[in-house]
Amino acid sequence: MALSGVEIFKLLPKTNCKKCGFPTCLAFAMKLAQRQATLDACPDVSEEAKKVLGEASAPPVRPITFGSGEKAVKMGEETVLFRHEKKFVNPNAFVLEIRDTEEDATVEAKIDAVLNSEINRVGQLLRIDGICITNESGDGGKLGAVAEKVATKAPEVPVIVNTESPEAAEAALKHFTGKGAILYGVTEGNAEKMAEVAKAHKATVGVKAEGLEALSALTEKVKGLGVEDMVIDGGARRAGEILEQNTLIRRAAIKKSFKALGYPVINFAQREDGMYEALVAGLGVCKYGSIVVVSSAEKWKNLALFTLRQNIYTDPQVPMQVEQKIYRIGEPTADSPLIITTNFSLTYFIVSGEIENAKVPAWLAVMDCEGLSVLTAWAAGKFTGAKIANFIKESGIEEEVSHRELIIPGYVAILSGTIEEKLEGWKVTVGPREANAIPNFLKQKVA
Amino acid sequence: MGYEAVKESFSGGVFPVRIGKEKEEVFGGENTLPFHKFEGEVPNRPLIAYEIQDVAPEEWPETVRTVYEGVSEDPVKWARHCEEELGARAIALRLVGTHPDGKDLTAEEAVKTVTSVLEAVKAPVIILGSNHVEKDSEVLPRVAEAAKGYNCVIGKAQEANYKTIAAAAMANDHKLIAMSELDINLSKQLNILLTQMGFAKEKLITDPMCSALGYGLEYTYSVMERIRLAALAQNDEVMQPPMLGDVGMYVWKIKEVQAPEEVLPEWGSVEERGILWEALTATSLMLAGAELLIMRHPKAVEMVEKFVDELI
Ligand code: B12
Ligand code: SF4
Repeated sequence: MALSGVEIFKLLPKTNCKKCGFPTCLAFAMKLAQRQATLDACPDVSEEAKKVLGEASAPPVRPITFGSGEKAVKMGEETVLFRHEKKFVNPNAFVLEIRDTEEDATVEAKIDAVLNSEINRVGQLLRIDGICITNESGDGGKLGAVAEKVATKAPEVPVIVNTESPEAAEAALKHFTGKGAILYGVTEGNAEKMAEVAKAHKATVGVKAEGLEALSALTEKVKGLGVEDMVIDGGARRAGEILEQNTLIRRAAIKKSFKALGYPVINFAQREDGMYEALVAGLGVCKYGSIVVVSSAEKWKNLALFTLRQNIYTDPQVPMQVEQKIYRIGEPTADSPLIITTNFSLTYFIVSGEIENAKVPAWLAVMDCEGLSVLTAWAAGKFTGAKIANFIKESGIEEEVSHRELIIPGYVAILSGTIEEKLEGWKVTVGPREANAIPNFLKQKVA
Repeated sequence: MGYEAVKESFSGGVFPVRIGKEKEEVFGGENTLPFHKFEGEVPNRPLIAYEIQDVAPEEWPETVRTVYEGVSEDPVKWARHCEEELGARAIALRLVGTHPDGKDLTAEEAVKTVTSVLEAVKAPVIILGSNHVEKDSEVLPRVAEAAKGYNCVIGKAQEANYKTIAAAAMANDHKLIAMSELDINLSKQLNILLTQMGFAKEKLITDPMCSALGYGLEYTYSVMERIRLAALAQNDEVMQPPMLGDVGMYVWKIKEVQAPEEVLPEWGSVEERGILWEALTATSLMLAGAELLIMRHPKAVEMVEKFVDELI
């Protein structure tokens, strides 16, 4: 259970030495209670207090790192139920399942699909984060063989080993020792042996039970076996059950600080129909899944799911934005066209992408509008004729280009008069409305 | 310490809205968060309406235009096709042809289209203007009158034209969509204005404004979640009408549903991409609280219905 500020205060040294950066122990205690400070800021806290407070001040959903190295994924640490309250912290991982009954060619193709899944969207590199190797055959040798293939072909990709057999687990996990793998399939029946295997290979444990009561009992048991890092599954497979369990788990962790369910959740979204499967995976993205397992990774499906994850995990208070400046697209010269837009990331990346598609080098003037899109910024009075004129004057672009022509977005055609008035000697050209018409527009312009 | 489920029950609920004449449909009516059947009542599934237009859909991208080839030149054929072949539970007829920048069709022409579609189908009909503030306040009152007795949904009333449109919907016994721009306060204010002029809040549908996956979806999603929490937890009556997700129109104009695979191989097949884009936008908004959805692609609708089956 979470402790109040006063309860925490009682455990502190009460010397008011200020080494934590706060004026008094009480002030520090209050910040700890609000999770706005961490205990390690106080150098003098007793070991006993550390133990009590450490338990209480730990984030409600335990942080877990899946994988290692550059492709490692952070999970957990969530603090709210709704994204408008506060940013969701760690985006879920998408994991592609490979079953050990699948033919070699399929296995190879799936590994390739993961390795080639990277897509750049709005400046972020997105990809299928991991591979789940499932022991469908029940045969440890088969699982080990697939594991070896994955370890060789995709050594950096985080891996889940999915089996309930400790022997099969050992055969597979030995290929991922110390690599932040997850051993999923720990149940009431096999917990002791599985915990041993997981510990030997420094793996996180994936526990599985039917229902949340059994699940909480099992996580406590596993913890008693000396394993701290877990991901949890209450057995939900149908969409309605996934929504229910994910919601109740998140509520228990956040509203009641119920530690036995304070772990990242793993959801299995696999369906026969790969397109339909994306809707179930989307439920995991929107509603508290930390790992979402899928059975296929078509490029169109990846793009849609990555985009959803990006949307749900953006900061609701601060739109994603880019720096105000004149960007060079290609290698522009003094004659190259000059285009203006706002600094909302999405707007910038769409427009710069289309200029690149045009293969016409250009100057792209990106104006600070607090991260708003063109029309929103215009409606909010941040993308006005006067402000644009000012920005162009101060940007120094007049020294870079020999012409005096500014291309503006079609949606704000209405601004051309004011800009020409305020920006002496300049001519305004109204571009197309939608960015996908930019390539043709630019090609005709320089032709 | 043992596990205890943290369940929530609310004092407020969403109004159920019943539409249609020959065949009725009801949506809304729950007293819990979207699909939270484990702690409340969810008596009705969301209603998905197939979008059709008064003029041929020349601007729709190929993926969704071609599925209506041969019927989409004629709104009556198109509506029948949706009802009879695709099993549409509702039809959303958008009068885009009336837009002054387009064909600029007159209110008389709109009335003709509307009456012939109403006669052709049994399913409830949602009648939408062209989203031109002035033209809608000219056209929508006329079609609302012509549709009297059919218990339709009329849309959309906005801050700038709500009076005329709401008056017409009220006089002719229709339900009304109230649209504002992605802001819970604006949405609440418009609903208040409407109820102040005597429009029953139980006959409203709130449209907080849609946006497509990747193009502002997170804003619509969060505004919907906030409206729904206000309705349930604060028992705020003006926030209790069901919500609309006008999905098809926002999805089928973005680059992701149009760019061919030859140009962007890393995005994969354009057909599947487009269909999934529409379906995933719809399901995400349903999880945030939308109960009425307007969609275009039959495969997308089919998948969303299947997803609802799995949720309910
Ligand atoms: C999300 C959104 C918001 C978000 C802000 C998101 C953001 N970061 O900007 C929020 C909720 C905060 C918001 C607020 C408001 N919004 Co708003 N919002 C939208 C929405 C749904 C999407 C905007 C978006 O992200 N578009 C995507 C980006 C990429 O588009 P873009 O920047 O315009 O770029 C495109 C083109 O312009 C072109 N392009 C860009 N640069 C260039 C340059 C050149 C040279 C060329 C050729 C082309 C080009 O390429 C891009 C792709 O084609 C639109 C409606 C809609 N569905 O479009 C309304 C919309 C923009 N909002 C509107 C309004 C009125 C407002 C508010 C004033 C009202 C309110 N709700 O309070 C406030 C103002 C904000 C403020 N701070 O005061 C109106 C604007 C009306 C108008 N016609 O002027 C719109 C159009 C809704 C509507 N139909 O009424 N909004
Ligand atoms: S560092 Fe520790 S002892 Fe010193 S004021 Fe802060 S909390 Fe108190």
